[in-house]
Amino acid sequence: MNSPAKTSFVLSQKHLLGIEGLTVADITGLLDLAEEFVELNRQIEKKRTTLRGRTQINLFFEVSTRTQSSFELAGKRLGADVMNMSASSSSMRKGETLMDTAITLNAMHPDLIVVRHHASGAVELLARKVDCSVINAGDGAHEHPTQALLDALTIRRNKGRLEGLTVAICGDILHSRVARSNIILLNAMGARVRVVAPTTLLPPGIERMGVEVARDMREGLNGADIVMMLRLQRERMNGSYVPSVSEYFHYYGLDEKKLAYAKPDALVMHPGPMNRGVEIDSIVADGAQSLIREQVEMGVAVRMAVLEALSRNLPNA
Amino acid sequence: MMLDRRPILLANARVVDPSRDLDTVGDVLIADGVIREAKKGIGAAGVPEGTDVVDCRGKLVAPGLIDMRAFIGEPGAGYRETLASASQAAAAGGVTTIVCQPDTSPAIDNPATVDYVLRRARDTAIVHVHPMAALTKGLEGKEMTEIGLLKAAGAVAFTDGAKSVTNAQVMRRALTYAGDFDALIVHHTEDPDLNGDGVMNEGEFAARLGLLGMPKAAETIMLERDIRLVDLTGGRYHAASVTCPESLEVLRRAKDAGLSVTASASINHVTLNENDIGPYRTFLKLAPPLRQERDRVALIEAVRSGLVDVIMSDHNPQDVETKRLPFAEAAPGAIGIETMLIAGLRLVHNGELDLLTLLRATSTRPAELLGLPGGTLRSGAPADLIVVDMDQPWVVNPDELKSKCKNTPFDEARMQGRVMRTIVAGRTVYEVV
Repeated sequence: MNSPAKTSFVLSQKHLLGIEGLTVADITGLLDLAEEFVELNRQIEKKRTTLRGRTQINLFFEVSTRTQSSFELAGKRLGADVMNMSASSSSMRKGETLMDTAITLNAMHPDLIVVRHHASGAVELLARKVDCSVINAGDGAHEHPTQALLDALTIRRNKGRLEGLTVAICGDILHSRVARSNIILLNAMGARVRVVAPTTLLPPGIERMGVEVARDMREGLNGADIVMMLRLQRERMNGSYVPSVSEYFHYYGLDEKKLAYAKPDALVMHPGPMNRGVEIDSIVADGAQSLIREQVEMGVAVRMAVLEALSRNLPNA
Repeated sequence: MMLDRRPILLANARVVDPSRDLDTVGDVLIADGVIREAKKGIGAAGVPEGTDVVDCRGKLVAPGLIDMRAFIGEPGAGYRETLASASQAAAAGGVTTIVCQPDTSPAIDNPATVDYVLRRARDTAIVHVHPMAALTKGLEGKEMTEIGLLKAAGAVAFTDGAKSVTNAQVMRRALTYAGDFDALIVHHTEDPDLNGDGVMNEGEFAARLGLLGMPKAAETIMLERDIRLVDLTGGRYHAASVTCPESLEVLRRAKDAGLSVTASASINHVTLNENDIGPYRTFLKLAPPLRQERDRVALIEAVRSGLVDVIMSDHNPQDVETKRLPFAEAAPGAIGIETMLIAGLRLVHNGELDLLTLLRATSTRPAELLGLPGGTLRSGAPADLIVVDMDQPWVVNPDELKSKCKNTPFDEARMQGRVMRTIVAGRTVYEVV
């Protein structure tokens, strides 16, 4: 299965640092390309040779299971040589700075670097010091563009469109890069975005990012086509941002009762990893309206699309 | 450095002396390290024999700047900045007196360290240097320092630098005790708990960048508390860096009530706003943080009205180790001593501030607050003055700045106006030939 991809669009960017900066054509082009890879990934022979000879480094300063493995599979299926580096094994532990790591890796002539870092803006900082294409796999509370793209693909496949849908993003918006990337992407594609959270978990000024703000689930989920739940980090559960897990679940945890506030055909999403019983009830997470497993599948396809699109802009000489 | 001991006549200059509201074309005669006269038409005929007559036609002559807040790094962090390198930067920027901050290593919290800094400055610096001493021992916010002995040793004011004294009881006692010595307390007003993990001004821009914000209330609450304590104690108090209208309102009420309260704003906060941070530019990460444009405009208005007394550089050298990092992890602070005057001239050129007000806030007022002799061109004052070409265009090149660190927020900025000569105690310490 070595036929070239059918879509031939060209991404307007050298790097994928965020959804911010992408055009609608970029987003649509990536989603269309990803559709091809969804089909490819369901076959026995999943390999393409687009990235043959290319070196892809996955540089993860923050632990990640699904994003890192998803990028690894995506690169390998396209024929790249993939190297994984994580904070626990790298010289970051020995005090080497992000910039020194970037300069060191750059000297090895990678073609693509996939970076996750705990600080907002870190990936952009690194991109300035390397010659290859850089993909943001999550920087602090800033952006996680491939997550937003895979969410968009999942929604589009199930609802047939993005435009005109009402999407409620619920939970820890303040610390969430997934929320930011989704807000920007969904707004760009003409969806209506609502954020639902206790005010302690909303960044002041969020209403100026083009979203409606709701403080309770009944109001927030009313008429929603998509309910997107966010993970609440453990350290934020006990008194610092919300009083307790049980109070949080009582008011903001997604159970069948609260899901009933949304449209009858509403679909449920979660970027994972889930805290069952904190932000989402198991019955909902595993229920008929849940798209959570499909999101993971779309993740590999979207990352293949991103890698392929960026590689089309790489020098060939 | 040129050692001109001959009398100097700066002739035909635009002479601006904010201490007298003077703005006229005239001459300034300097001899024996002091200003003899500054007025219209001294003329080359009326000067002592051997006087070096310098034609300053079209140039500004004004008192040298007194920078009320500069972090230096000596002792303890000479790789960031030494008194010598800071003084070179100061001279090139028209600053003739540096007031250095006590958060050195060791901290300037005992008379011996004050003495060390003064001697070190005498031996290595080309401009005047006066240290502020720590308000609390080790800058820990717990026990007050030897305010009397430190003042006698030469400390011009008392401050914990960029740290706030959070314990109100400690602050109350320090204000009370300092009052007995007529010592000025300078306080950085940011509530560290309310700022929490914030790294920039709270609001839409922080939300978009995914950075945690710091509310203006963190500054205003601490200032408000301090004002209540000043009211209680009668101490002499100076807010180190105000940035927003809410703080200005607190300040206005304190001044209206007749309290001995004054305030500074940094050159950064009167010339820049949070949008200048752009794509996570860490050189614009400051404490307190850059605010919104409407805050900056309010701050300028307060300088114009005299509500804010002083503009200072908040000079804070940080090297690549502390700045070439993700925004949240980078140290706050920007260098500014060399660009303070010229950045201020931007405000003059675009009509936001008149020249007399700018110079008053950067020379006369700091001198008055700190009890220093400069900031004036009156006869008998020390010959600390500057000659400035108000119009010369240039672009800030960090490599050409004299500071050891290059963390300027005006990196590659276009400037209009240049310091041509800086004279300290009658000696020319900087000159563009």
